[in-house]
Amino acid sequence: MTIGLGHYLALAAVLFTLGILGIFLNRKNVIIILMSIELILLAVNINLVAFSTHLGDLVGQVFALLVLTVAAAEAAIGLAILAVYFRNRGSIAVEDINLMKG
Amino acid sequence: MYQAIVFLPLLGCIVAGLIALAGARARHPGATPTAGGEDHAHGPVAEDHPRGAPPPAGHAAAIHPPHTEPVAPEPPAAGSREAELVTTALLFASMVLSWIAFAYVGFGHHDTRVPLLTWINSGSLHVDWALRIDTLTAVMLVVVTTVSAFVHLYSIGYMDEDPYPPRFFAYLSLFTFAMLMLVTADNLAQLFFGWEGVGLMSYLLIGFWYHKPEANAAAIKAFIVNRVGDFGFVLGIFAVFMLVGSIDFETVFAQVPALSGKTIHFFGRDFDALTLICLLLFVGAMGKSAQFLLHTWLPDAMEGPTPVSALIHAATMVTAGVFMVARLSPLFEAAPTAAAFVTFIGATTAFFAATVGLVQNDIKRIVAYSTCSQLGYMFVAMGVGAYSVGMYHLFTHAFFKALLFLGSGCVIRAMHHEQDIRLMGGLKDKIPFTYWTMVIGTLALTGFPLTAGYFSKDAVIEAAYAGKNAMAVYAFVLTDVAAGLTAFYAWRLIFKTFHGEPHDRHHHEAAHESPLVMLVPLGVLAAGSILAGYPFFAYFAGHDVGEFFRESVKLAPGILDDMHRTPALVAQLPTLMMLLGFAVAYQFYIRRPDLPVELARSQEPLYRFLLNKWYFDEIYDFLFVNPTKRLGWILWKYGDEWVIDGFGPDGVSARVLDVTRNVVRLQTGYLYHYAFAMLIGVAALITWFMFSGAH
Repeated sequence: MTIGLGHYLALAAVLFTLGILGIFLNRKNVIIILMSIELILLAVNINLVAFSTHLGDLVGQVFALLVLTVAAAEAAIGLAILAVYFRNRGSIAVEDINLMKG
Repeated sequence: MYQAIVFLPLLGCIVAGLIALAGARARHPGATPTAGGEDHAHGPVAEDHPRGAPPPAGHAAAIHPPHTEPVAPEPPAAGSREAELVTTALLFASMVLSWIAFAYVGFGHHDTRVPLLTWINSGSLHVDWALRIDTLTAVMLVVVTTVSAFVHLYSIGYMDEDPYPPRFFAYLSLFTFAMLMLVTADNLAQLFFGWEGVGLMSYLLIGFWYHKPEANAAAIKAFIVNRVGDFGFVLGIFAVFMLVGSIDFETVFAQVPALSGKTIHFFGRDFDALTLICLLLFVGAMGKSAQFLLHTWLPDAMEGPTPVSALIHAATMVTAGVFMVARLSPLFEAAPTAAAFVTFIGATTAFFAATVGLVQNDIKRIVAYSTCSQLGYMFVAMGVGAYSVGMYHLFTHAFFKALLFLGSGCVIRAMHHEQDIRLMGGLKDKIPFTYWTMVIGTLALTGFPLTAGYFSKDAVIEAAYAGKNAMAVYAFVLTDVAAGLTAFYAWRLIFKTFHGEPHDRHHHEAAHESPLVMLVPLGVLAAGSILAGYPFFAYFAGHDVGEFFRESVKLAPGILDDMHRTPALVAQLPTLMMLLGFAVAYQFYIRRPDLPVELARSQEPLYRFLLNKWYFDEIYDFLFVNPTKRLGWILWKYGDEWVIDGFGPDGVSARVLDVTRNVVRLQTGYLYHYAFAMLIGVAALITWFMFSGAH
């Protein structure tokens, strides 16, 4: 059985769904939300790379590298925010983060 | 000259009013004085606030509790003396000019019309502002300015403990101006202007001591009861304008023959036009002159300062209704049914008020009911067509009734604001001048021979006897009975106040005669109470009436001749009644003071009936006041608060709150909820593009 495009896309879709569910179902920790976002980006990257090889076009892989950098930066900023938030509020449990409530 | 008579009091009012306003400004630096110099707070408040910092309205009143004493222990406002002198001097000037005008018009026959300006010119309605000067006006000018001038003088003494004389004198002068406007009216609109002007000033003066709740209530009552009458008056004016197309007296009177027999459609029925007009106009007169059914405000109006009672509620304003009927005599002469109604109401009032006066205990209320009763006499004369006789009684009554009120004021002052005659007694030697002038006033009121009241009251009763209309006999009987009752209550007042044992030692000891400035008006009015009678008899009720009044009133044909042919017994009957009343009063209050108590006990129901003024206030409360209050309450609670507020502002705001409350619930603040909403949105967008973006 050769591994074709469809498998890659299926994997990406599974990852993406996991990421989404991770955001919604997670009630404990904001860090898990950050990780879920990483998962979603990863799924996108897999898509990009899969299509790149499938179409023989390198631009997709270059773009995947770009997404990786952005993801790294985003993770850094997200963790920084979390650190500050914990310092201020003493908790990063998801239930406690409801300052935006009207 | 006529302009001076009318406008000098207005000038005085403006000067005194400016002083009052300046005083109010000085007491409330920085605050804008509210209209008419209404001082809501008192002197010391000004010091509480730094200059330039306006105290919020109502704040000052909240800090300082209202006075409970009628006379505040405060010094008079700045400029009081100037205001008093200016207004009084101007009024005296006006009075002198009025007497000159009286001689000039009444005896010199110089009727005239002084056009001032065009007031209203709208479509077919043309109203000029003009002074109509004829004998009828001249008589009223003399009455109004004379009484007013002496009341001004008297008030200087009476109001010397009051903190706000400028406001008081401004009101008094403005009242006089409005009254002069009324009596010089050349058309119904101008008459109505004066009419409302005196009504307003009556309201303001009754409520002069506005910190007393009773005074406010009395003022409102007077105003509202008068509105009832005024409504009829206005309808009458409208009816006149509808039928004649003008409200000018000359034009209307000229049209009277053409009006007779016409009908007017009113409340779905046809009425005789002239009768209806006269009845409607007379309703106005009933309100203003406190006649039966609309009389309830007058006794309560005694809450005002006593000079006000003397000027407004005895001598001038309440006679405006009488004057109006006399002025419109051509109309009333052409409407016999209405004239009979006038007679009926007048006679009923004369009797009714006299019976109530028998048992009252407040010195001013007795005199007030007496006024009510005497106004009834005037209307009796008006109703039977003897307009000049009614004016005669108005003329003499102004003197002796003002005198009685001013005398009562002196008594009240001597007794330190005690008005209950049961607590008085034995004042004869303490305040002899007041005593003797009041005796003169009482003699005139009861119709003692050769006093002013004797001539005029007898003339009224003779006119009732000679009258031709349906109610004349009724009026004759009731006025005679009332004459006896009058003598009883008037002497009862004198005996209980001045004779017998003092009931309140403390006040009795401290009683003292009033200052000269108050005694002079008493003396002058006492002289008037005697001298206003005989010298004027021929002109008002004798052979010279036709020549004296000329065109100004239209007498019933032959009434004066019939009056002089009345039998001697009829002519003497009022005097006999008076003697009877005097004798009974003497018996009751001098010789056997225990008798009245016994009588009151044995005739308990009758006594209660009279003491409660025939239960008119209670009936009106039941019929009108309480239903109105209840209706108002219902409209307030259900109409306003439930319907309008409920569906209007309150309802809308409540719905907005409901909506926002639900919207707020959407905002949980949880990150994953927002993320979920975002995702749903993105998914929806993509789905939409996938299925519709194809084409």
